[in-house]
Amino acid sequence: MASRRWASPLWVAALSLVPLALVAWAWSLTLARALPRADFVFNNGTEVSSLDPAAANGIPEGRVIRALYEGLYTREPIGGNAVPALAANTELSADRLTYIFKLKPGIVWSNGDPLTAADFEWNFRRLLDPETASPFAGELWCIRGARELNTGRDAADTPVEPGAVALGVKATDDATLVIELVAPTAHFLELLAAYQLSPVHRASLEAARKRSPQGWTSEWTRPGALVGNGPYVLAERRLNDRIRLVKNERYWDADSVAMRTIDALAIEDATTAFNLYFAGEVDWLDGNVPASLIDRLLARDDFDPEPYFGLYFYRVNTTKPPLDDPRVRRALYATINRVQICDRLLEAGQKPAYTLVPWGHMGSYSSPPAKKEDLEGARQALAEAGFGPEGKPIGTLRILYNSSEQNRSIAELVANDWSEYLDIDVDLENQEWKSYVDRQSNLQYDVSRSSWICDYLDVLNFFAVFTSESDNNRTGWKNADYDKLIAEARGIVDPGARNALLRRAETILLDELPILPIYSYVSQNLVDPRVGGFGVNPLNEQNPKYWYWMDEPELARSRRAQNKREKKVSSHGPKEGLYSPKAQAERKAGGRTRK
Amino acid sequence: MKRFVLRRALGLVLTVWIVVTTAFLMMRVVPGGPFSAERRLPAAVLANVEARYHLDWPIWRQYLQYLGPLNLDSHGLLGDRERPFGGVLAGDLGPSFRYRDYTVNQILGESLPLSLALGSLALAWAVTVGTTLGILAAARRGTKLDLSLRLVAALGIALPSFVIAGLLVLVFSLALGWSPVAGSSTFAHFVLPSLALGAPVAAYVARLVRTGLIESLSQDYVRTAVAKGLPYSTVILRHAARGGLLPAVSYLGPAAAGVLTGSLVIERIFAIPGTGSHFVASALSRDYTLALGVTIVYSVLIYSLNALVDFAYTRLDPRIALEEL
Repeated sequence: MASRRWASPLWVAALSLVPLALVAWAWSLTLARALPRADFVFNNGTEVSSLDPAAANGIPEGRVIRALYEGLYTREPIGGNAVPALAANTELSADRLTYIFKLKPGIVWSNGDPLTAADFEWNFRRLLDPETASPFAGELWCIRGARELNTGRDAADTPVEPGAVALGVKATDDATLVIELVAPTAHFLELLAAYQLSPVHRASLEAARKRSPQGWTSEWTRPGALVGNGPYVLAERRLNDRIRLVKNERYWDADSVAMRTIDALAIEDATTAFNLYFAGEVDWLDGNVPASLIDRLLARDDFDPEPYFGLYFYRVNTTKPPLDDPRVRRALYATINRVQICDRLLEAGQKPAYTLVPWGHMGSYSSPPAKKEDLEGARQALAEAGFGPEGKPIGTLRILYNSSEQNRSIAELVANDWSEYLDIDVDLENQEWKSYVDRQSNLQYDVSRSSWICDYLDVLNFFAVFTSESDNNRTGWKNADYDKLIAEARGIVDPGARNALLRRAETILLDELPILPIYSYVSQNLVDPRVGGFGVNPLNEQNPKYWYWMDEPELARSRRAQNKREKKVSSHGPKEGLYSPKAQAERKAGGRTRK
Repeated sequence: MKRFVLRRALGLVLTVWIVVTTAFLMMRVVPGGPFSAERRLPAAVLANVEARYHLDWPIWRQYLQYLGPLNLDSHGLLGDRERPFGGVLAGDLGPSFRYRDYTVNQILGESLPLSLALGSLALAWAVTVGTTLGILAAARRGTKLDLSLRLVAALGIALPSFVIAGLLVLVFSLALGWSPVAGSSTFAHFVLPSLALGAPVAAYVARLVRTGLIESLSQDYVRTAVAKGLPYSTVILRHAARGGLLPAVSYLGPAAAGVLTGSLVIERIFAIPGTGSHFVASALSRDYTLALGVTIVYSVLIYSLNALVDFAYTRLDPRIALEEL
């Protein structure tokens, strides 16, 4: 019987071949994965949710989509302002309701097809089509007919056919696009610079839909199939690993593009990403740097935290006693030791926030003066509300936060402040992300950690969050005066008048305090000192088009000009630099004149 | 043999069905959905998004649509001429909610080979080294060699894999520069992770082989073999090892399933885009279809490997017959 001779030489030989075969198979699998290093490698922090601009809605998505597509407007890297991209000329009617865009001539898709105004008309309609289910669609409701198209209901709330809705976006000829708005919208061009409004190639999308009615979304975003109009094309996509971008030679401004290949990595672990940066395999980290290293990074010239338009704050459930009393909220607000949180815990240059608008100003807007920490005032406010040693006990407050070490540390400090100065019992409650979001949305909390990052450079973006009808309010706070001021400000274009209204609104909010601002964010880029064209802006939006490698003389000049940090970090980039064809020609010409 | 395979195949189908149904219901009970986000979508927009994935349907209909094979898509029963069948029974695990450009089949198709390759490497060295060391330790029982091997095995079991992985990176990548830091584009990238992944397995196998062997060395049939005058090495390898390997083999079934489907920790540290990270991430992001997909893969794998273990038992232990299993 075979089983009796289980240890026969044949069996042993066969068994020992198994591990060898496994190793050989694993080895053969890796052969197909070899990729030469890209000219520029950055860590995007996570896998992008989609390469379809209409389906995406996040910062990592934006970095890749800006490389693959380009819309009417884009953002310049320095300052982050909206600037024309494919729009050669923009006209605005006197009533500020009609925009007329002239497209740049000779724009083509990456497959050679011409790009016309009709492409934009179709794309706006697609973005608003309920079937597209774009998360960004709500932002465009300022366009005539957009709300009806997107919700499938007209102003009287009766159902309408999407096809029957007249949308205020029309291509009058190949190069002219007319957009009509419902009301004057000061930030409309800011909106147009959003990457979500990048156009997609109609023919390839419709062909994919026809070929596979169910799997088309994954089909038309494949490398090779995806047709874009940006500075780069998609060469390779490995889920949770990397996206390889290759320069698009058909791009209208290809002469200004330096990097021939770019890799966007999807590494989520901060330590791993840092190790790769440290070893020179990554040239830019998206800001997810290990918190324990920040004090040492601050001395280096490749780490440069800059003000970032994001606010870390606590929402207060204003529907729940005793938090429904503004005096109680004022007491909580005035006892948070924000300086300690910023200087001892976060350390990267975050600043205490006392206003709704982070950093207290944005563009031409500046916040009204706000109250700061005030222990005596806090105790008094609490006593006036009838709580404290002589009044009723306040009970236990619970701080809800999403699981993260930093959120916990901050909550511990805040809880300590409240129990020490106000004698309130505080419980900490952490929840994983989705449960936390759910609890916050359903007002199942007392105090909840929150943050808001600005979508575009318009201060209204912050104010709109706390109007009564906003889905993002989530504090139960409703104030008719505040709502009225915001609605009024929306229609005003003159910055002075608009800012005055918003300042009044912010004063109301800071008096009522449905939120407790804690700190203003900083961007935490760790970037090779040799990288040029890397912009500093309050949205920390980067555009791959502008990146290049400096050569030795330029690096030395740039270091002299900045001269910020003591510790000069040696660069892993190419010593001879890497410049765009245009910059190369200019440098040649410049070199000759200098001689 | 035929009966064994048939019964196991039936058992597999039943088990996977129960697992899928339970997991499907449990995913829906958990608060929050795939599209709940800090930045909430307007109600009308959210309704559009959910309708696209049929999340607006009653749960029984979603369940039937997920299972298949009849395609209950919005086109109606069998209405879609291109693909009349869908659902798990037709081999379609559905679209992913988190990775909108991918179907679950595509995600598994990309990530599973990497996890399998890494797991195979880990298993290959762990089983070879673990068994050899276990036999050595049992044969030289009580000596210094035995003691030091047991110490190393205890360390391998006690140290969590992220500590081992961290130490490996620190020494071999950052200090010595012998190995890439992280990534998955060459064979060299897989060496450190497979070492870290296999270390606890090797340690367990060594310990189980040692104890199993020591026990079977005290059995009557082994004593008889020694008394017959056979060389000690022959007794160990041909007679004692057979029974002594049993505990290690039964451990290896489930362990192999775990190692082959990838480890969250190892994949994160070494930035390997395998399946392991999806186990946790898909549940956290409420990616219903992906979470169910990885659950199905895992349950199929663990069930098959356990059947394989049972089969190996009959080869190793003559007292166990295939027909009884």
